[in-house]
Amino acid sequence: MSSVLFDTPGPRARRRQVVIGAITVVVVAVILGFIVYRFAVTGQFSAQKWSIFGYALVWNDILAALARTLAAFAVGGVLAIVLGFVLAMGRLSDHAAVRVPVMLITELFRAIPLLILMMLFYYGLPTIGIRLTPFIAVVAGLTLYNGAVFAEIFRAGVESLPKGQREAGMAIGLRKGQLMRMILLPQAVRAMLPIIVAQLVVVLKDTALGFIVTYQELLYLAKFYGTQLQYGSPIIPSAIVMGSIYIALCLVLAGFAKLLEVRLRGGGRKGGRKGGDGDDGLAGFPTGTSVMRLANPDAGGTGAGGI
Amino acid sequence: MNVLLDNLDIFVTGFRNTLIMFFASGLIALVLGTIVGSFRVSPVAPMRALGTIYVNLVRNTPLTLIFFFFVFGYPKLGLPRADYIVLAIIALSLYTATYVAEALRSGINTVPLGQAEAARAIGLTFGQSMTLVVLPQAFRAIIPPLMNVFIALLKNTTIAAGFSVLDAGAIRAYLSERGEPQLVVLLWVAVIFIALAALLSWAQRALEKKWRLAR
Amino acid sequence: MRKKWSVAIVATAAAAALTLAGCAQGAPPSAGGGDASEPPKDLYTVADNVDLTGSPTYDKAKAAGKITVGVKEDQPNLGFLDAATGKRSGFDIEIAKWIAASLGFSEKQIEFKAIPSANRESAIVNGDIDYYVGTYSITDARKQQIDFAGPYFVTGQGLLVKKGNTEIKSEKDLAGKTVCSATGSTPIQNIKANFPDTKTTEFDTYSQCVDALNDGSVDAVTTDEAILIGYAAQAPDDLEVVGKPFSTEKYGVGLPKGDSALRHFINKTFTDGSEVWTGIYDATLGASGTKVDQPEVDDYQ
Repeated sequence: MSSVLFDTPGPRARRRQVVIGAITVVVVAVILGFIVYRFAVTGQFSAQKWSIFGYALVWNDILAALARTLAAFAVGGVLAIVLGFVLAMGRLSDHAAVRVPVMLITELFRAIPLLILMMLFYYGLPTIGIRLTPFIAVVAGLTLYNGAVFAEIFRAGVESLPKGQREAGMAIGLRKGQLMRMILLPQAVRAMLPIIVAQLVVVLKDTALGFIVTYQELLYLAKFYGTQLQYGSPIIPSAIVMGSIYIALCLVLAGFAKLLEVRLRGGGRKGGRKGGDGDDGLAGFPTGTSVMRLANPDAGGTGAGGI
Repeated sequence: MNVLLDNLDIFVTGFRNTLIMFFASGLIALVLGTIVGSFRVSPVAPMRALGTIYVNLVRNTPLTLIFFFFVFGYPKLGLPRADYIVLAIIALSLYTATYVAEALRSGINTVPLGQAEAARAIGLTFGQSMTLVVLPQAFRAIIPPLMNVFIALLKNTTIAAGFSVLDAGAIRAYLSERGEPQLVVLLWVAVIFIALAALLSWAQRALEKKWRLAR
Repeated sequence: MRKKWSVAIVATAAAAALTLAGCAQGAPPSAGGGDASEPPKDLYTVADNVDLTGSPTYDKAKAAGKITVGVKEDQPNLGFLDAATGKRSGFDIEIAKWIAASLGFSEKQIEFKAIPSANRESAIVNGDIDYYVGTYSITDARKQQIDFAGPYFVTGQGLLVKKGNTEIKSEKDLAGKTVCSATGSTPIQNIKANFPDTKTTEFDTYSQCVDALNDGSVDAVTTDEAILIGYAAQAPDDLEVVGKPFSTEKYGVGLPKGDSALRHFINKTFTDGSEVWTGIYDATLGASGTKVDQPEVDDYQ
């Protein structure tokens, strides 16, 4: 492999790389081996601790919890995108009376931890007589928090478009609403799709906070199985099982993001998206031909600005 | 106001622990993230693979689950007893480091090709061209996304509340047991977080101004 | 690259699931830790003619043909749900069934709902459940929102340690030790206030504390002794409850505020049914050998 960051290695460099590579592999193997060994010694892989996953009822419960996780994700994700649109339009408004309050709201919900937001809905609101189900509390928290993030993504998308697009739109006599709807948004959304999907991965991960407001999703179940003393309180085994499910789900979504990215890049569209890697929710870096692109062609991101 | 003043002990302890976790994990994540970010562009294939696997695995796992493994898994390893706040800091660092690494990667992206070529042309090795030429420029360009990562870290510290760290996220549980109205308690917590996030945004703008790239 | 990963992981998970599903056959282990987790069937009968008027809760349940009961599901020998069999067991569960039977509802007509501690009042106030039985301490603050029948059990803050621990004999030996309880709970605040030399660890559930006790992360678990006895009964070879309770907690049945008719009725059931109470206790919490007397109910007006 050649890259702008380093020369094609000669014989000595290759030897050195093999040694360093071997050391890396050995170090990682030793650490992993130690962890697995200790887990094995303390019985984390014992039949007793895993036996709970042999019952049909348990798998039914896991499937039900998975459905609840996905439900919160789907509803929260869609609503967050809708809210994001509304907030982004507000922030791009020409009227300060709209722009400033919307900006404050966006900043507000970006600053409050999602956990605190969910607690506010679930534990706080009953103080003034409003009681929400755990599902609604989770969805409301996800919507407001991620809606604010989506708003920023959409805004950055619109602002990253070349000025000529807006000017051309105005020149042919479009009104502001038409300009946004027909010219700017379609391009912005297209440019930002990878980041949007990446942020959806964040929404999916954030559903894992639902157990704090007693929403019975996958982690709630993992904790509950940890209380099952007669099966040896299998908290580590359940964490491994639930973790695998989450990683699988997130990877499917991330793979989808990657696919979109490739599709869009191959779409042959001029302007708009520069650089084209959906990494950080911040468009508008002067990218051009970069070190990275050449150094690591595999480097597509799964992440997004918000964690 | 009374809710805040009457229970100042819990609020102070809670936010002190939140800030301890924030600064400690932030620092570790910055260092670790830089290392991992460099791994991902390294000439040594196993290092690249390690970086990629680590980032993709951890980024696709909910932070809560990572806490699960550290807080409940670590004691099973038979190593010396560790404070829960230490385990929380490790979990937060490992999680945040992946985001630092990704931010850095996009930052390296912004460094013009000519810089790296020039570095190589004057005979710098991979390590030298990274530390002397590419990374210093990349860091400046990624102050905004990096600050986003740190603001997220600040908010993520609350998750440690479920894992035996009395931080800002645990204040509610304490005060509800003391019979305080939970809405007021939570609003105070939210207000303090908004103030802290505003402080970080301000720091971001100040740093951006100071280190602005002349291109 | 990434897609291959996801496929590999999904495949591994599916394979693991299939393997596991194949290997754990046969009867699940007993939830109570012993054989006597359920009291004898003939201890009480489902009432035919229930003489209860003026109780909106009862009228509603009767019209619906079922009664909804709030319980805990993570406290062995008190309120516990076996994840594999879906069977509930424990002292609180049996008390809840007894109350239902006295109101004319058979076991099949009970719908159990697991309600965590933080949401108990709101669940009762909102009418999600008809009554709540689950380590629910009677306090004046709670009486502002709901009513309590009972108490049906009296306990206090106790200590659970590893069997054979010679250092901790009572709460006086806690200096320099680490104790665990539920996040922000009254017991942990009590320890922090009155035993400043003691280190504390806090988890969402007591099971995590017991887990931490087993792997040596903490020296003792503290909360209501009844809950601790439940854990000790589960693993009598590994765990034991030490010392005397150093506070007083009275467990009551949580009821909608103002339903005095139902409250008097349940209190009367408790008062008249001391043999039933003893039978239930011996089969559940008392399985580990402890003997306790039924407390006198506080039938306030």
